[in-house]
Amino acid sequence: MISRANQGLSHLLLSRLFQAGLVAWLVGTLTFVLTRTLPGDMAYRIAAGRYGHDMVDGAAAEAVRAELALDQPGLSAYVGWLWDLLQLDLGRSLVSGRPVIQELSHQLGHSLSLAVIAVLLSLLIGPPLGLAAGRKPGGVLDRVSEVAASVLRALPAFAVGLLLIMLFAVTLGWLPAAGHGGTAHTVLPALTLALGLAAVSSRVARNAMAEVSHSAYYAFSHTKGLSARQSFWRHGLRNASVPVVAYLGVQFVYLIEGVVVVETLFAWPGIGHALVHAIVARDVPMIQGTALVMGLLFVLLNTAVDITCYLLDPRRRRA
Amino acid sequence: MMPAFSSSSTASRKASSPLRRYFTSLTVRQRWGAGLLLLLLAFAWLVPWLSDADPARQQLTRILQAPSLAEPFGTDHLGRSMLARLASAIQLSLGMALLSVATAAIPGVLLGVMAGWRGGWCDRVLGSIADACLALPGLLLVLLLVAIAPGNFWALYVGISLVLWIEYFRVVRARTQALVTSPQIEASRLLGFGPVMLFRRHLWPELAPQVFTLAAFGAASAILAMAALGFVSVGLRPPTAELGLMMIELLPYYHEAPWAMAQPIIVLFVVVLSLNLLAGKDPR
Repeated sequence: MISRANQGLSHLLLSRLFQAGLVAWLVGTLTFVLTRTLPGDMAYRIAAGRYGHDMVDGAAAEAVRAELALDQPGLSAYVGWLWDLLQLDLGRSLVSGRPVIQELSHQLGHSLSLAVIAVLLSLLIGPPLGLAAGRKPGGVLDRVSEVAASVLRALPAFAVGLLLIMLFAVTLGWLPAAGHGGTAHTVLPALTLALGLAAVSSRVARNAMAEVSHSAYYAFSHTKGLSARQSFWRHGLRNASVPVVAYLGVQFVYLIEGVVVVETLFAWPGIGHALVHAIVARDVPMIQGTALVMGLLFVLLNTAVDITCYLLDPRRRRA
Repeated sequence: MMPAFSSSSTASRKASSPLRRYFTSLTVRQRWGAGLLLLLLAFAWLVPWLSDADPARQQLTRILQAPSLAEPFGTDHLGRSMLARLASAIQLSLGMALLSVATAAIPGVLLGVMAGWRGGWCDRVLGSIADACLALPGLLLVLLLVAIAPGNFWALYVGISLVLWIEYFRVVRARTQALVTSPQIEASRLLGFGPVMLFRRHLWPELAPQVFTLAAFGAASAILAMAALGFVSVGLRPPTAELGLMMIELLPYYHEAPWAMAQPIIVLFVVVLSLNLLAGKDPR
């Protein structure tokens, strides 16, 4: 039984590892295409970024051209590009001139803390609300939370963020509107992401709970003499939590997309903000680095979801 | 789309009957969605027809004017008519949504039917292509494509379609796999009907409601993606009237003209809400 269980888990991890490789290849290939299709002389642009526009001359551009293999034919340059990526040699930012890895390690912490706080906050808001609503489908709480969820789902993350800024920062003046500093700065961006996530997870939890409370084993737990509270804690919670956690994997798409937009809105010094800046400034090594890290973060979060589902639901281990 | 097939069997009825029957088959929620969407469409196409306001014409002597009789929605920070800009933005959003949903749905459904029907290597190859497209979160893929061709409508469109087709493919494949082994299809096949007939008679009527739901959700996410890119200023470029772009352009003028800032947000909300309502239940 144990060896079989481990086999299932290792198969799962292997497919996620494969996905991580795919992410790296996709990001590498797309950014390589980007370097080749940039208008103007790429070597000259990079040299200008590195030494400043006044200092750059033909010789400097030639040196860069040789260094980045821009004078080589497409295929060998492509292989070299992927080889560098494989060695985690992401190059230097064309804007700041610092190694991309250094910039990323600084930004990743900020993005991760925002994402983790947002997910935790959404888990505090969404599932409890959904579970409470699912115990009485069609009740007042169920209706109110359904309307709230539909409204939130029709608003994109940046519009929610704007409305929160206007309410809490501009009108009430309780919280800072943007930037990064103490705990107060974290509240609005994290809440923006959490509300979007909770809008979905509350409905998933509500449907799961409604299904559980109609199931035969739940009826039996009442029959054998457990109180409503006991049967909820022993049989309801764990069964209802499986779809909620499984759906988190789908929601991470929203989270990663939301991080890009929300960090830009709140001027949060994370990876999403850096990605948008890199695209505007056409800073290719930074585009590659930030997209790569966000893609890998997505895979990592999904792996965490897979493992949690695996631990929560023993039925999955046999499959 | 859907009623066309059911109406062929009852061709003697009045011409309006399939449409009416389709409408009565909708739930109350879906009717609200359809009504809102029709209102938006009417607004977007009637405004340019009834007024001669140009969404790009600047009048710097009349900036940030409050709504009045002459300018029912006021003017923005460059004195452009908000009415004309909103109408043009709705046209752009809905046009883009329609285009990307159509280009995602047609190959998605066809490939899904192929993979579900044929199985074997065909299924495996198409399945891995779909997985590859989903390895990156959708917006990230669109962002990378937009980085290659900045400010280009077609890059946005290709990126969004590339992300959207997978949902059709997956849902249709799963449904087809179940249907292909069903007795009615087997019977039709034994009677000698070809694949086109089988698809029209047996597969499409079963698939259509789900494809329709996915199409409505897909349109909503295409519109949201375009607005999000406009909002972080990597999407379409000014002076295009685009909802996300309008929000970020009007953000600095929040104090002087909160109503101007609110308009694109409300419009985007109503567009997405109408599509979400029309979609009905989420099949995923």
